[in-house]
Amino acid sequence: MTEENKLPSGHTRIDSLEMRGITKRFPGVLASDNVNFDVKAGEVHALLGENGAGKSTLMKVLYGLYEPSEGEIFLNGKKITIDSPTDAISHGIGMIHQHFMLVETLTVAENVALGLPSSKGFLTDLDKVSERILELADIYGLKIDPDAYIWQLSVGQQQRVEIIKALYRGAALLILDEPTAVLTPQEVDEFFVIMRQMVADGHGLIFISHKLHEIMNICDRVTILRDGAKVGTRNIADITKSELANWMVGREVSMTRELEKIERGPSRLTLENLSCDNERELPAVKDFSLKVHSGEILGLAGISGNGQRELAEAITGLREIKGGKVLLEDEDITHVRPGEVTERMLSYIPEERMRDGMIKDFTIAENMVLREHHVPPFAEKGFLMLKKIANHSDDLIKKFRVKTPSRETKAGTLSGGNIQKVVLAREISRNPRVLIAAQPTRGLDVGATEYVHEQLLKQRGEGTAIMMISEDLDEVMALSDRIAVICEGELMGIVERADATPQKLGLMMAGENV
Amino acid sequence: MNPELVIVGVLTSGIRLATPYLYAAIGETFGQRSGVLNLGVDGQMLLGAFAAFYVAFTTGNLWLGLLAAIIVGALMGLAMAFVTVNLQAVQGISGIGFYLFGLGMSELLFKMMLGTVETVKGFPIVSIPFLGDIPFVGKIFFQQNIMVYGAFLLVPLAWFILNKTTLGLKIRAVGENPEAADSLGVSVARIRYFTIILGGILSGLAGASMSIALLNVFQQNMTSGLGFIAVALVYFGAWRAWGVLAGALLFSFVNSIQLWMQVLNVPIPSEIAVMLPYILTIIVLVLTVSRVRPPSALTKPFDRGD
Ligand SMILES: Nc1ncnc2c1ncn2[C@@H]1O[C@H](COP(=O)(O)OP(=O)(O)OP(=O)(O)O)[C@@H](O)[C@H]1O
Ligand SMILES: [Mg+2]
Repeated sequence: MTEENKLPSGHTRIDSLEMRGITKRFPGVLASDNVNFDVKAGEVHALLGENGAGKSTLMKVLYGLYEPSEGEIFLNGKKITIDSPTDAISHGIGMIHQHFMLVETLTVAENVALGLPSSKGFLTDLDKVSERILELADIYGLKIDPDAYIWQLSVGQQQRVEIIKALYRGAALLILDEPTAVLTPQEVDEFFVIMRQMVADGHGLIFISHKLHEIMNICDRVTILRDGAKVGTRNIADITKSELANWMVGREVSMTRELEKIERGPSRLTLENLSCDNERELPAVKDFSLKVHSGEILGLAGISGNGQRELAEAITGLREIKGGKVLLEDEDITHVRPGEVTERMLSYIPEERMRDGMIKDFTIAENMVLREHHVPPFAEKGFLMLKKIANHSDDLIKKFRVKTPSRETKAGTLSGGNIQKVVLAREISRNPRVLIAAQPTRGLDVGATEYVHEQLLKQRGEGTAIMMISEDLDEVMALSDRIAVICEGELMGIVERADATPQKLGLMMAGENV
Repeated sequence: MNPELVIVGVLTSGIRLATPYLYAAIGETFGQRSGVLNLGVDGQMLLGAFAAFYVAFTTGNLWLGLLAAIIVGALMGLAMAFVTVNLQAVQGISGIGFYLFGLGMSELLFKMMLGTVETVKGFPIVSIPFLGDIPFVGKIFFQQNIMVYGAFLLVPLAWFILNKTTLGLKIRAVGENPEAADSLGVSVARIRYFTIILGGILSGLAGASMSIALLNVFQQNMTSGLGFIAVALVYFGAWRAWGVLAGALLFSFVNSIQLWMQVLNVPIPSEIAVMLPYILTIIVLVLTVSRVRPPSALTKPFDRGD
């Protein structure tokens, strides 16, 4: 073995990895259909496809989480078997999952150390682990506190922990399942710097994303999957962004849209000097005041972890309000319980939909009526109206194109994007007076994103007051009538659509008053 | 009676009586921290108590009795682990099954192999040099038998294992988020086998502590539900070793007071006195429940979904 075969981390390079004829069947679903796929050292290979196309499944096979029904894997030309993540890790394969694989009640260092041998034998060596975390964090510019508990971290910060976890294990080949879905544009840029560095060091990367510009920007090759089968592989240099979109969806996709002019109605949601704390009992939202009007989409832009989630939870009654008021039209709902807030037709699409928005072990139909399972037409005199629930969910499955074998499928087994669609469908379809939508298109494919945007605009047209919390500046600028910016829990200002530029918003997000 | 003597008596037996609670509840703590609810503790204790007693009685060797309790507890744990991990049984139900099995089996073996209530000479009191000579304190804490000392040493040991070792880290991770642990190559099945078997062994020792160290007899259903209180103590102690210790002491002192009231002929119906610890269980659980969140994966079988 020569020095050239080694990565800076000391691990052996993976010159090539090849998956041949991979087929994976689930009850009622052919998730992977005879797929060939390969990655080389020093390249980024993108995996692209609609929600439910089988991207995550293929990668879970490679990581040893799923046993393929058929197919073989070759590493540097030699056939290997991967029966478990332990096998994968020992072959130098790492994975960052679409849904975080973090233990919330443990600290960052404990999560990183989990499953690894310790330098102190059977005792944990968390101080050493923390040191190395800080080292890696420093090299790659990932700000992280090794002693923080995961439950205290924002989604963006949790993502950083996942990255550190993989880097720490010194993987030679890294599977990145939608790693950028939860990052702000700035964070994505930073993440790409890390990726480029890893590629230059000789790592091989598999990159899954629904954002075509990211794929165009960072990848060398792209493979498209549709309904579990491979459509083809191309060099990025040989294809344009719109060709890529059309190739993937199989039709023309429009990527920009005009906002129809609507008279702004009366205020539906009024926040007056709202304040609340985060889990660490530190102020998270400070003296926050704004109005969202009927027939308007107010974009709330900000870097993840700056009080957006706490603000949304305070409005919806999920978090104790320390000061100020929340008005729904002229009703004071400051200290109203969450259930009643719902009954007053306020809808909430939480950012962490897997945790706060649905119940994994319930069927899709049950999840579709979670909010209104106890009121007509879904329940009468204490009985569930199963027929109505069934019709309602079939209708939403069709409208939102949820890819599932049936409405009786457990929601937890759906693909990432399809889980999102279930929550979106439930919250949007009840025609709320106010809709709070956090990262509404995170993890959705190009076609589904287009559909959700249409739905939000349709709701706007019908007079709903929408507060859209998003880190995606393109999305915020495309859909919002006005854009409010939050930084460290404070309102930095509100910009009219016409006056908004990415530079200006970016500065405000960084805490500068403009 | 001399009030000083009464107080020392109450405290001494309070410490003594905490022994079975501690073994059983610490064992249960390991199981629950890894996401497994074992309701079969009482059955495991009964079989452990019988095995220890029978072997000690027939061979005259208490240590062999202890070994027998460990083996029986481990076997019960192994069976429980198979049902829980491999067959993914509903834990609340399968645990009751194991309880009934232990209850019935210990009774059957007792009738077949002993027939009548016998006694053994249990572990003797070992006075710790110097410490045992301190007035009051020495008598209460340092003139006990070896199984009592073992139970109290178990508490810091359990705390240490859970919080300071890689094994403990794995146990906690498996109980909170088995998917995450699995994705890092931690075998959820292996960890749960370990904690369930360890729980079985400690339950067996809990039983042995009653039959060959504290009461020195074996009787049918001699635990009378103590194993269930041990399960409750884990909730009371918020899944932490020191919390479990606090709970165990609370119960054993109430028990000890109750016993001494009977000894001193305090005019309370003995039935009421015997009920005290159980009433206390309910009150304490009501008051403490929801204080701390249980391990997220508690009672949930793990299945990778492939
Ligand atoms: N554990 C499982 N049990 C049953 N069906 C499953 C399971 N995992 C995935 N599926 C099904 O396999 C198909 C492919 O899912 P997969 O998660 O691979 O999609 P994906 O391409 O990653 O989509 P997304 O972009 O939404 O993440 C889906 O129809 C899904 O419902
Ligand atoms: Mg996926």
